[in-house]
Amino acid sequence: MSVDLFVSALIAGILLGGFYAAVTVGISISFGILDIVNIAHPAFIILGSYTAYILNAQFGLDPIVVGIIALPAFYALGALIYQVYYVSFEKRGKESMTGLAFFFGLLFVTEVLLILVFGVDYRYVQASYIDTNLGKFLGSTALPALLADLPMRMLVPCVMSIAMFAILLLIVKRTFVGRAIMAVSQDALALQLQGASPVRIKRIAFAISIATAALAGAFLIIIQPVEPSVGREYIGRVFAICVLGGMGSLPGTLVGAMLLGIIESLTATFYGPSWAPAVSFGLLLLTLAFKPSGLMGR
Amino acid sequence: MKRGMTSWMFALIACAAGALLFFAARSAGNDYVFFAGYTILQYIVLATAWNILGGYTGYVNFGSAAFFAVGAYTTVFFHKIFPLPIPLLVIAAAVASGLVGLGMGYLTLRLRGAFFAIATLALAVVLQTLIVNWSFVGGSRGAYVIRPATVYPFDSYIQYLFLIMLVLVIVALTTARAIERSRLGYGFATIRDDELAAEASGVPTLKLKLIATALSGAFMGMAGAPFPYYIGFLHPSGAFGLEYTVNAIAMPMIGGTATWIGPLVGAVLLGTLQQVAIVTISSAVNLLLVGLLLVGFVILAPNGLVGVVRNLLRKRPGAQP
Repeated sequence: MSVDLFVSALIAGILLGGFYAAVTVGISISFGILDIVNIAHPAFIILGSYTAYILNAQFGLDPIVVGIIALPAFYALGALIYQVYYVSFEKRGKESMTGLAFFFGLLFVTEVLLILVFGVDYRYVQASYIDTNLGKFLGSTALPALLADLPMRMLVPCVMSIAMFAILLLIVKRTFVGRAIMAVSQDALALQLQGASPVRIKRIAFAISIATAALAGAFLIIIQPVEPSVGREYIGRVFAICVLGGMGSLPGTLVGAMLLGIIESLTATFYGPSWAPAVSFGLLLLTLAFKPSGLMGR
Repeated sequence: MKRGMTSWMFALIACAAGALLFFAARSAGNDYVFFAGYTILQYIVLATAWNILGGYTGYVNFGSAAFFAVGAYTTVFFHKIFPLPIPLLVIAAAVASGLVGLGMGYLTLRLRGAFFAIATLALAVVLQTLIVNWSFVGGSRGAYVIRPATVYPFDSYIQYLFLIMLVLVIVALTTARAIERSRLGYGFATIRDDELAAEASGVPTLKLKLIATALSGAFMGMAGAPFPYYIGFLHPSGAFGLEYTVNAIAMPMIGGTATWIGPLVGAVLLGTLQQVAIVTISSAVNLLLVGLLLVGFVILAPNGLVGVVRNLLRKRPGAQP
């Protein structure tokens, strides 16, 4: 095992991990905090990717700008889905099995609709920074080779992901709504007695979780070309990270994402990329079997 | 719960109905009937198998395709080393998939519902990765399984496959119905309704859940065992196809998960609908249809068609409750 190869795989893993954090944070909110098993989340991420693709191809908008523009639309979509979920399942107290089937159906319908509209061809976006590395992008030769070789295609999503993550963490820790979201996960009745509506708070939280998919989808299509069924690979990843980091813990999600990114990158480098998908799922199965509370669980 | 007839009587009647179906299909004089019918029968077995775990104990399995594929790849494996007759392959597949189900249960069933569901999703991807990297059974390139032109006393090989699947349907339905009326079934129901209370009252929940996962997995594997002979060329993305997972969930949900009739009704209706849609529209639209029906039914009729019919009967004045 050469040290250079190891170090570059490690760095690639960290960049990948940053992006995984953005992909997972939505699940951490919906599944970890609200206890809503939204297995359709990866499908909404792919929806975000296609939104970025359409506006990029039509108007040449930067994919990340598209992600930000699309936030309100995805927020509204999330609020709508929660309302349906609440009326149909949560209120009836039957959320476990039929609720799961509902989200599974949503995942499936979204994927098939995308296939019907766009086909199964891979789509990609264009932006000035995608096909270059940090050294060329900054035009400086003073950087050490290790930094200069960092691909911008990975670096930009990673940095933006961490920024998004930090903002979400601030919202949850510092604002009234954020604290109410944490409160509703701990004791909805107590929150109600304080005069806040748990349903409204959960709707806001779920809508935020879906809104993150708009940005995560934009990041995804910067990193790799996207076709509708790519989302399936991410189902295992997001839940693996969420469970590994500890349910409902946002810092835990970041740690879990970094860990998975690094392990996957090392596996792909030393054993071949065809084994990479099994890593996350294997890790998930092992975590569930041996340490279901995760690394930083509540 | 009604006692009604014994399982032996039920099996006998099912056999008679099956024989009738077989000869009716033969009288059509066209092998297409058998090709389409095989798919529907296969879905009845899958849906019934899913319901043994999902409907009776309330644990959702998103990995049906994985169990199905384990069955199919057991056949490919034996085809490479020592070709066995299909009935023996079905038994081998049942053992392999049943063991996978048991292992799956051991790993995750101490956790509650949602985790189990996610873990089954994970299992499907892990198994698919293993198969893709296992070149002996064809790896990512897939494997050819040449089927004989015909088997004595059948007119064509597809009739033989159809009959095997028909027998599996009868076995699966009889088993599911027998479970419903047994101590095992009542045990399953306590897990579905309140696992904590069941455990506190001395129901051996872990043991029961392991029985359910192993049984459910074994039937899914049995449904997959003849598949390589049906399709002729098996590749990982076909065997692990999402349509098996979706249908295995959608069919019981649409039919109704409380009794063995639900998956049967759901599989026959949805299976027929899909056969028609594939021929007349396209396979993508056909999958969309299944997804939309699934979402629609869980929102509007969570007890499925059986529940809808039961409600209608109950509302009619003078009807038996």
